[in-house]
Amino acid sequence: MKRPGYWRREALDGYLFILPWLIGLVVFTLGPIIASMVISLHRWPLLKEPSFVGLQNYIKLIHDPLFHQSLKVTFIYAFVSVPLNLSVALGLALLLNQQVKGLSIFRTVFYLPSILPMVAVSVVWMWLYNPKFGLINYLLRKIVGLFGVEFQGLEWLTSPRWALPALILMNVWGVGGSMLILLAGLQNIPRTYYDAAAVDGANAWQKFVKITLPMLSPTLFFLLVVGLIGAMQVFTQSYIMTGGGPLNATLFTVLLLYNHGFRWFNMGYASAIAWVLSVIIMILTAIMLYTSKKWVYYEARR
Amino acid sequence: MKGRVSVTKILVYVVLIVGSIIFLMPLVWMVSTALKSGEAIFQYPPKFIPEELHWENFKLALTILPFGRFFLNTIVIVGLSLIGTVLSCAVVGFGFARLRFPGRDVLFFIVLATMMIPYPVTTIPVFIMFRKMGWIDTFLPLTVPAFFGNAFFIFLLRQFYLSIPMELDDAAKIDGCSSWQIFCNIHLPLIRPALITMAVLHFIGAWNDFFGPLIYLTSQRNYTLALGLATFRGMYSTDWELLMAASLVVVIPAIIVFFFAQRKIIEGITLTGIRG
Repeated sequence: MKRPGYWRREALDGYLFILPWLIGLVVFTLGPIIASMVISLHRWPLLKEPSFVGLQNYIKLIHDPLFHQSLKVTFIYAFVSVPLNLSVALGLALLLNQQVKGLSIFRTVFYLPSILPMVAVSVVWMWLYNPKFGLINYLLRKIVGLFGVEFQGLEWLTSPRWALPALILMNVWGVGGSMLILLAGLQNIPRTYYDAAAVDGANAWQKFVKITLPMLSPTLFFLLVVGLIGAMQVFTQSYIMTGGGPLNATLFTVLLLYNHGFRWFNMGYASAIAWVLSVIIMILTAIMLYTSKKWVYYEARR
Repeated sequence: MKGRVSVTKILVYVVLIVGSIIFLMPLVWMVSTALKSGEAIFQYPPKFIPEELHWENFKLALTILPFGRFFLNTIVIVGLSLIGTVLSCAVVGFGFARLRFPGRDVLFFIVLATMMIPYPVTTIPVFIMFRKMGWIDTFLPLTVPAFFGNAFFIFLLRQFYLSIPMELDDAAKIDGCSSWQIFCNIHLPLIRPALITMAVLHFIGAWNDFFGPLIYLTSQRNYTLALGLATFRGMYSTDWELLMAASLVVVIPAIIVFFFAQRKIIEGITLTGIRG
């Protein structure tokens, strides 16, 4: 029998086939993660030699008001933006799932903005948010004017109060991806469930709460996790539109990390920020995975 | 009963149409501004349709900075990383889906786990490594890593490979085909649709990438479109007609690819969610 030899051959082939990924894992992921931890224990202005300082970077971080501010901004952004986007995406998906004519046109219109380059999107929205000549304030003035009230419009990106809400609002324009995934999820729910509920005299709201939401909960959960992980790492919008201002109102943690690492070249301090942020994201993910058992409905686990 | 149903339907359409108008507004506004004169953009109340069309805005915007060069740079970077991603993920995905070797499941679990790792934690050491190698201000940091696979796409392709009947491989083995021959002659043709979907998704991601070019490209002749646009916005903060013209140029290739590959993209996005 040549069987054992064949198995050895197949195993060898297997390792050869996954070799590119294996090398990438060591060079671009595992190695850097360990290196990042080591670097965070050093003072390292990029052009000089690193010197070991122990936990000093982390101690500095605990007392750094800018870091506190960045966490606050990032958390507010993530915890407002993600549920808001999910609600809008779910609303649109539900509407599109009503056997509407022109489905593909509506789908294209809602999805298109989400694939556009963030830099261009940011530049366009800066213009939309322009306090004097921007379209948004123009429309706001019109709408408020209908009630006979004089309204100047908001300062948006130049106001410490409205800059973060402006970025959150702009993000709604990119709900297309979540909408598509939810629409696919909706289309996977068997019609017979609704028919059975209709026989039992359930109204639309009861059907939504008792059938649609539970059946959709794995998809919602997936989008929630991916959305939160992504939202904790936003960067481009604030880099382009506000530079973190005004008065650090949009100083996201990754922007602070960028400033330390790639503007001031404090590699040690930037690595410490990266580590703390990553640990926070991992804890968040773990909490969500843990609590998901309570509200996510998996058919197979009935 | 019938009457109520149609009222609901009308409401659905009204909301969808109003929603569509809101979603299209920024794009219309961008095109409209890009074609206005420098004075017309500061007219109040604003007009959606410009009185005269100033096509020269595009010429001006695109020559202030060498956007043609940025365009070529972006094409080269996106193209090379696309080739790298498709090749490496096709090979690695095949290994995970069709070959049996000790430790495979553990390694595949690691593939899934790496998708969860926040990118900031690897950014700085990788940057330092590339700097030591003298790769700063070259395209290498933006293209070479693509040849080592991408966890998400490996996962996606593995699903496709798994849907191909094992009998095909067994028959080929009996005929004396090597794993490599099975991969090239049987599987590659079969998973072509999946590879195209993946290529489109990668194209959009790479075309839109900003953080990578921002930290790795330092001299202007190497800039990508996204980086060029960011620079342009730093130089001209009030010439909105020029900024919109430049933004439009950055956006249009993404829109063109979107329209040609819409079905593929929607398939890909939808598949992403199903694993949920």
